[in-house]
Amino acid sequence: MSTRRASIKEIRGEVALFRRRALTGFALILLGLGALIGRYVYLQVLHHDEFAARSEQNRVKPRAIPPARGLIYDRNGVLLADNVPAFRLEVTPEQVKDMDDMLGRLSAVVPISDDDIATFKKQVKGSRRFDGVPLKLKLTEDEIGRFAVNRWRFPGVDVVPYLTRRYPQGAVMAHVVGYVSRIDADDLTRLDESRYKGTTHVGRIGVERYYEDLLHGTPGYELVEVNADGRTQAVLDTTAPTPGKNIYLSIDMRLQKVAQEAFAGRSGAAVAIDPRNGQVLAFVSVPDYDPNLFVNGISHADYTALTTAPDKPLYNRALRGVYPPGSTVKPFIALGGLELGLRRPSDTVLSTGEFCIPGQSRCYRDDLRGGNGVVNLVRAIEKSTNTYFYKLALDMGIDRFSAWMSKFGFGAKTGIDLVGEVEGILPSREWKAGRSKAGWFPGETIIAGIGQGYWAVTPLQLAHATATFAGKGIPYTPHLLLDTQDGVDSPRVAQPFPAGESVIRKSADWDAVDEGMIAVINGTGTGIGLGKGFPYIIAGKSGTAERFSRTTNAYNENKNLAYLATRHRALFIAYTPAEDPRIAVAVVLEAGAWGAKDSGPIARKILDEWVVDNGGERPTPPGAVDVVTSDAVPEPEREPAPTSSAPPPPADAPVDDGTPNGDTP
Amino acid sequence: MIASIPARLRRFGLRLLKRPRLDLPLLLALFILGCVGLATLYSAGNGNMALVGGQAARFVLGGILLAVISRIPPPVLRSWTPWLYAGSTALLVVVAVLGEGRGSYRWLDVGFMRFQPSELLKLTMPMMVAWYLHPRQLPPRWKDIIVVGLLIAVPAGLIAEQPDLGTALLVTGAGAFALFLSGMAWWRIGALVGAVAAVIPVAWNFLHEYQRNRVRTLLDPESDPLGNGWHIIQSKIAVGSGGAFGKGWGQGTQSRLEFLPEHTTDFIFAVFSEEFGLVGVCAIVLLYSFIIGRCLWIAMNARDTYSRLLAGAIGMSFFVYVVVNGGMVAGMLPVVGVPMPLVSYGGTSAVSLLVGFGVLMSIHANRKLHE
Repeated sequence: MSTRRASIKEIRGEVALFRRRALTGFALILLGLGALIGRYVYLQVLHHDEFAARSEQNRVKPRAIPPARGLIYDRNGVLLADNVPAFRLEVTPEQVKDMDDMLGRLSAVVPISDDDIATFKKQVKGSRRFDGVPLKLKLTEDEIGRFAVNRWRFPGVDVVPYLTRRYPQGAVMAHVVGYVSRIDADDLTRLDESRYKGTTHVGRIGVERYYEDLLHGTPGYELVEVNADGRTQAVLDTTAPTPGKNIYLSIDMRLQKVAQEAFAGRSGAAVAIDPRNGQVLAFVSVPDYDPNLFVNGISHADYTALTTAPDKPLYNRALRGVYPPGSTVKPFIALGGLELGLRRPSDTVLSTGEFCIPGQSRCYRDDLRGGNGVVNLVRAIEKSTNTYFYKLALDMGIDRFSAWMSKFGFGAKTGIDLVGEVEGILPSREWKAGRSKAGWFPGETIIAGIGQGYWAVTPLQLAHATATFAGKGIPYTPHLLLDTQDGVDSPRVAQPFPAGESVIRKSADWDAVDEGMIAVINGTGTGIGLGKGFPYIIAGKSGTAERFSRTTNAYNENKNLAYLATRHRALFIAYTPAEDPRIAVAVVLEAGAWGAKDSGPIARKILDEWVVDNGGERPTPPGAVDVVTSDAVPEPEREPAPTSSAPPPPADAPVDDGTPNGDTP
Repeated sequence: MIASIPARLRRFGLRLLKRPRLDLPLLLALFILGCVGLATLYSAGNGNMALVGGQAARFVLGGILLAVISRIPPPVLRSWTPWLYAGSTALLVVVAVLGEGRGSYRWLDVGFMRFQPSELLKLTMPMMVAWYLHPRQLPPRWKDIIVVGLLIAVPAGLIAEQPDLGTALLVTGAGAFALFLSGMAWWRIGALVGAVAAVIPVAWNFLHEYQRNRVRTLLDPESDPLGNGWHIIQSKIAVGSGGAFGKGWGQGTQSRLEFLPEHTTDFIFAVFSEEFGLVGVCAIVLLYSFIIGRCLWIAMNARDTYSRLLAGAIGMSFFVYVVVNGGMVAGMLPVVGVPMPLVSYGGTSAVSLLVGFGVLMSIHANRKLHE
């Protein structure tokens, strides 16, 4: 088609036409370029003197003023992070003839660490030669004085004032607030250059990182007069920067402190949430660290000490630690039985001490040798009767089981306003299919029913699930940001916290499980005695999960508490007032003998402080003896293991060693 | 098998020497221009070698693409043209959709790199116009002119919406030059220009106030002394203070003291003018004129209509770059984002320019054999 058309075309005339057009076009282009040259002649020759003079006098240039970072407060206005003036040494590379020589001479005046020099050299490579690069942050007054005397020897080196971040609460809020640290080369590619002109620090972790955009603010500009070296002579005009917003966290500092102290240095985590709105009231991970160390560059020695410490203080256990939830999941499963129509509260199960899958020789143990006898729902929760939950999990089947439990947020990020949250593991067919070719075995459903097996939850997830239950099934995303504020004198602007749809259909179901959890604390359950002297009724559930498999005889031979404490994880969930909950708590102790005995008192201390903070009188602490009485229940809760009479584990043996959820702090 | 690769390379080298597929004068001019660009960039970036190295790496990548594309015969390019045009326009739509409600949005992330789809149109646009006009009776009639007008207007409109007026201008220019070179009658050109001029006042009334303000500062930058106005004033001081012979390489105070904004990208020519003076400006404009002239010479010797129009349009659109950027730096034309070709720092622009020259080389290699 096109070739036929082309052949009709009058080729020769077209070529001639093109040639004419190309020449005309080129002539016009030369004319245009000539006009351009004309303009340059006008500027560079005719008006050269005028512009040369203006260039000589051109001493005014805009310079960025970094904004002050927003302050962080707790819900009652207790300061968690503020800015304090400090001084730093800055070097302008183009004014230094021999950098290494200068650094050598300078370190004789002001001590400069190798870390500082390494960071400085890295930053010099990535910046323009006339830009000042910080060499040493946070000079002492002594250092400033000594440098001032010797300043004439160091052209291109200046003492520059700046605002540095301070965390007055120190370690106790480290895992929530996080810290800022110096902007490094990687950050420069990530951040909006125009917004970070003149800024040296950026939120690195925690709330400081998550709310970087709110806290940072917008830089201002000043027109400064500079001399021939580019040094500032005078400031002519200023456009003020817009400081970052102040933020108020939902954390109650008093509760936070009490929770941290309650751990007495033992590794673990505790999270308290208001079930009516998802506000996080306390968020503790023990051990912690001093965030102030990081702000102006942590020393190599300090950093090594923190990273090599066996109890890993930098590790945010509340957010990222995963633990087998053990019996703490039982109330949620019991509720599932009711809501899915598989059980009525009055339905009973006979607990004989062991439960065997029909048609299989494999059996799973109850905690109490000989069993708890006939138990209904309330009693099963109170006594933490495994058999009840083995059977219920089996009746549900793994698919309904995981679908139901996911409604409480297990196996998914809660969406809290912190960076780095992990998902944990909710046992499900899909989860296992992604990791193993072997299909799902009924035995795995059974042990999932008591919070063992593949299960892995974070303390935050556990608290979120507890709060969701305590809030009558309405899930709120846990969140730390309560209010924002434009300046110290501005009003606080409350942040919204949208609610999800309730996961519970019948309030009678909730009442039944609530009754079971009340009995745990106030009946003859595992947490007996924890409610004594408290003005409201506490409801709760303990959990004890094994860290290691029970493969040796050592377990049966050494049942003393010290031995158990190294083997067990002690968990505890609680909420109060039981009839209309206003606080929900989850406590995980990495090395505790029993959930109720070791984690329970921590939860109780948090609740006591909560009463005081809300204007109540300090409750009398429950006596230590009361709690020990819970040991009257021999071998409270344990992971199921094949009874000694059982044959070697068949192919569908529950994974009771090397569980993927085991010990991964 | 292994030994055959060097042998084939040697044969390829010999063939290249005997009958060069690449036009050596054009290649040499581009090489000189690239070197001038890198030297200016070194000075403008205050000795930041990372900047110069990055730009040099892009030149190498562009050079490789140039060599590869020069091996593709024009008929093959022509058969690909509608697809390339449709594909690049589709990418523009993708960018427009992705950018919904996000302000200015031009980039597309393809994993290993980011690029601006609008950059592709600088080449696919003249290709498409040349493709359309290739089989038709020239000079074009109104019907063909209207079709070409639509082919230009749709992508150019999308680019102007981003908003990237500079690239929209370059893309429109590239298409319009192909139309001009096809021999569109002068009276038709006059009528079209007249019609556009008549529409402008009408369109002005339909603009929002903020849009009008944007146009006003575009035309009169000094009315915005903190933004573009500041840029223009500083740029003029840089150029003017350079004088006839310049302050010398690396001695330009305007950029060193950070008075000059964007002094490695859009305003790099101000640094060049300050340091090398009018003599340098004349030399580089001569170099650009040579490149444009050489492109048109290649176009005149091309074998068919498609090659002619395409080569001519690529050469002439080079002129738009030079005059718009040079005029902006000298405070003669409004500030729109058009780089100084092969001198301004910037990834996609350098690479896409060299790809365009690859097409020219291909047209040159398949030129008419003179009797």
